[in-house]
Amino acid sequence: MTDRFVVFDGVTKTFAGGVHAVRDLNLDIARGEFVTFLGPSGSGKTTSLMMLAGFETPSAGSILLDGRPLDRLPPYHRGIGMVFQSYALFPHMTVAENIAFPLTVRRRAKAEIEDAVKQALDLVQLSAMGGRRPAQLSGGQQQRVALARALVFKPSLVLMDEPLGALDRQLRERMQIEIKHIHARLGVTLVYVTHDQGEALTMSDRIAVFRDGGLQQVGTPGEVYERPLTSFVAQFVGESNQFGGTLGDAAGMVELDGGWRMPATLAHSIAAGARTTVSIRPERIRISRDDGAPATVQELIYHGDHMRVVMRLESGHAVFAKLLTGAVPDWVRHGAQVRVSWDGRDARALDALPNHRTEEKLR
Amino acid sequence: MVRQPISRLTRPRFAAWLLVLPLFLFSAATFVVPIVMMLARSVQDPELSRAFPQTARLVAQWDGRDLPPAAVMNSFIAELRAARGTEGLSFAANRLNSEISGFRSMLLRTARTLPAAPLDDPAAALARIDPRWGERSTWAAMRRASGPLTDGFLLAALDRQRNDDGAIVRVPEERAVFVSVLIRTLWISAAVTAFCLVLGYPVAYLIASLPAKIANPLLVLVLIPFWTSVLVRTTAWVVLLQRDGLVNGLLQRLGFTDQPLALIYNRTGVLIAMVHVLLPLMVLPLYSVMKGIGRAPMLAAMSLGARPFEAFVRVYLPQSAAGIGAGCLLVFISALGYYVTPELVGGGGDQMISYFIAFYTNRTTNWGLAGALSLILLLATGLLYVAYARLSRSSAASA
Amino acid sequence: MIRSLGMRALAALSLCALMMPGAAAARDLTVVGWGGSSQAAQRQVYYGPFTAQTRIPIQEDSWSGGLGVLRTRVQAGNVTWDVVQVEADELQIGCDEGLFERIDWAAMGGRDAFMPEAVSDCGVGAVAWTVGLAYDGARLREGPASWADFWDLQRFPGQRTLRRGPKYTLEIALMSDGVPPSEVYNVLRTPAGVDRAFRRLDQIKPNIIWWTAGAQPGQLLASGEVAMAAAYTSRMYAARRDDNRDLRVVWNGSIFAVDFWVVLRGSSNRDNAMRFIQFATRPENQSRFPTLAFQGATNLQAARQGEAAVAPSLATYPDNMRVSVPLDVEFWVDNIEELTQRFNAWAAR
Repeated sequence: MTDRFVVFDGVTKTFAGGVHAVRDLNLDIARGEFVTFLGPSGSGKTTSLMMLAGFETPSAGSILLDGRPLDRLPPYHRGIGMVFQSYALFPHMTVAENIAFPLTVRRRAKAEIEDAVKQALDLVQLSAMGGRRPAQLSGGQQQRVALARALVFKPSLVLMDEPLGALDRQLRERMQIEIKHIHARLGVTLVYVTHDQGEALTMSDRIAVFRDGGLQQVGTPGEVYERPLTSFVAQFVGESNQFGGTLGDAAGMVELDGGWRMPATLAHSIAAGARTTVSIRPERIRISRDDGAPATVQELIYHGDHMRVVMRLESGHAVFAKLLTGAVPDWVRHGAQVRVSWDGRDARALDALPNHRTEEKLR
Repeated sequence: MVRQPISRLTRPRFAAWLLVLPLFLFSAATFVVPIVMMLARSVQDPELSRAFPQTARLVAQWDGRDLPPAAVMNSFIAELRAARGTEGLSFAANRLNSEISGFRSMLLRTARTLPAAPLDDPAAALARIDPRWGERSTWAAMRRASGPLTDGFLLAALDRQRNDDGAIVRVPEERAVFVSVLIRTLWISAAVTAFCLVLGYPVAYLIASLPAKIANPLLVLVLIPFWTSVLVRTTAWVVLLQRDGLVNGLLQRLGFTDQPLALIYNRTGVLIAMVHVLLPLMVLPLYSVMKGIGRAPMLAAMSLGARPFEAFVRVYLPQSAAGIGAGCLLVFISALGYYVTPELVGGGGDQMISYFIAFYTNRTTNWGLAGALSLILLLATGLLYVAYARLSRSSAASA
Repeated sequence: MIRSLGMRALAALSLCALMMPGAAAARDLTVVGWGGSSQAAQRQVYYGPFTAQTRIPIQEDSWSGGLGVLRTRVQAGNVTWDVVQVEADELQIGCDEGLFERIDWAAMGGRDAFMPEAVSDCGVGAVAWTVGLAYDGARLREGPASWADFWDLQRFPGQRTLRRGPKYTLEIALMSDGVPPSEVYNVLRTPAGVDRAFRRLDQIKPNIIWWTAGAQPGQLLASGEVAMAAAYTSRMYAARRDDNRDLRVVWNGSIFAVDFWVVLRGSSNRDNAMRFIQFATRPENQSRFPTLAFQGATNLQAARQGEAAVAPSLATYPDNMRVSVPLDVEFWVDNIEELTQRFNAWAAR
């Protein structure tokens, strides 16, 4: 990375009682980039964001913004726009006053403020709503006000903490696109926190997957989805079939538990004889009548655009596939005997999941 | 089709009203009716016309010049004879005594010593029993008390009275007490409210920002003065604040003062004790409002560039305004009705209006004046409440 | 269904209302005193022995005076008090208003058996008590001898405490100003006399702490807050006995008054109530009271039978009677309202 706009340098946060919220976080974010912190709750993603915003102080390490260490800079001097999960709109101010707030605290001229507020309202398509109070707006409109307020003072960095969590699915998807467009238009650097992997895949330039206070993988949505580095990422981002086994040789032949061998691509170097988890995306599973391992169709689940086919291999392993609804052959029926296959490069040998249980994953 | 859901909706509502009915009847019987009756007394004046119906009618027609005509005197004497030894006479005597001190004993003595035989010259006969019967002001007092309605109690509650000519005048300065008591009551209540706000706001803020595990015990601590009996609390303040008390001892030992300060039996003591008692009424509404605000608005304001102080003034304070309003209203209105605390830890000039209401209700049974004072207090409270409601509505609309 | 439920609730309510008077009829004889040490003493010499002798149980209550309280109870027809200990002014107005049952004096042993101040159509004197000058002998070696000394801030520096209100206070002010005890009320009946009393109070106004509860003067003397007090003498002697304190009383210029036993009109226990009063004023019973409560007996024979050692601490002791003023009840009934107003206006200035 040539342009290091935001730098997390060995950042650790320990809370009272010795709980490590974030452990040795190293991450660079480029100017203009849209980076998503993805992870389950308690993974350290929000704490990292709060440290960047200035509401938490790192216990060790430092954070740099545009080359400046932020250690001693209070939040109100960082010039970072932030959108909160609850929007945190000021209920006693109108929409326009809310948006004007960051400019009035900066003592900008009145005319300038009016101009900027109007532009911001236009940007989020709320031009007619300036005189209303937040309580008179819908959830989606409130969300846009929060967005406009965080952008109006032209910060070079904007943070968003699960900003769409309270919206219904349709609105959420529309706002995802809208935020992405605004990001593209303004060229602002955006750090976005979510636990929704779909959101992360849709919006981000890069995704940083958090788990237990540490980074699991950083990469583009395509990298993270197609080439997960850990079995956690494979499981958390998208869906996958996962089989426990032992690596047979360096070429990638895996001895699966239950006595079955299959070729797999090594995500990183794993010693021969070590435990591993093989992960295959369901859409990479091929079903045919004559090619591959024999299996019995146990269940067909209709999902509208696609169909989920749950099968059991002779080895006892369960495996599921996703097929486009129109592309399911009529012989794939409940109880039918089929054969299942996949490319060796679609099967990724990853770190071993502790207590690996394939059965559970299926349910 | 449409009918059924409607009846289904309305029927439980009718049942709910029925369930509320006992409480409604209870509060009407124990609260509304007595208050209305008490307030009505401030304008009713039935005692004289009950004991001396004809005299009351006649004296009301008297022009007020010189002495009333013989018809009034004769009727009075006849009715006084008839009333001798009855309860009505005592009530009338009490009523007249609040017009002129000493009227009670004069009237009762006159009733006792009035000769049974018919009198030729009623005025002279009365004046022989007590020369005050020959004075115009005595009869003017009877005219003022002739009822059935009077403005005398309300006037008295405002340190005004009607003179013998019926004009409204101030009472003599040495007896003018109620207006200054009313002002004092409002002033003490306002000061107590202000202190409660200054002390209670940070407490509520602290408790609202702490996790429940720590906040709940703290809330209980805040509530303890509320649950403690007035007597115990007051005794505790006496021990703390008296000349050789703990506070004075500490202040002297720390060298803040070399003489004990007068902290009790004066206004200081009243304020300290009342603030202590009423603080929970400020903290609780503030706490509940602040709990709803949470941390986010302050963080948002700071992330948008506001320094903590500006963020507090522009964002947090306005959002907690509802709690401030509710807390101040609760404390202020509760403080208006206090009298036990000022009576026990206050000095001569610290009595509040409720003290006088209790005095006239319990001690002298001048319920007319008690009602008038209550009415004035109620009106003052109501006016302040309306002003507050206006203010908070207009500020909600403009902010 | 709902209607019947509502009807049932109403029926239950009215049933409760119907049962209330029934409950009242079955209630025990209720005797109401002034609480504190005096009621404790009454319990010991009156309530317990009365119940032991007559098998009539007694329910105790206490109050702090006020004719309005009694009037409300009688007028509302809600008479749950039977025997009440009232002050003389309450007795007089209440008697005129018909709040009390008439006393059958023959049953009480005749009017002559009692001191004249203790006899009324509506009540029998219960105790004779006193407000007098008190001080702590441990703090003032050379004690005051009169109310004039109470005003002497040079010889006796420090605060004083008086009862908040005109009663006792105005009398004391006049006596301190040289008005002889027998003349106090004659002077007070004139406007000039009232002015004189308030002018006299002006002289020590900054040095006065006002008390409202009878227990306060003792506490104020004990904590050294005040040098002298106008206090209930009985409480001073009780503190002397119980707390081993050297509180002393100046009888010169003290004001004494009588409290009465009355029976509220409409009492459902009227006969038992009268029996109680009779019991509590009989010489052999009442003579035991002063020793415990330091308040004087009203029954003349009881006063003579009392413990000789206690006699000088009582209002009824002849030497004390000679130098004290009986409270003029009629004066206060006539003037309490106006003078209380004036007192409060003055105190606030």
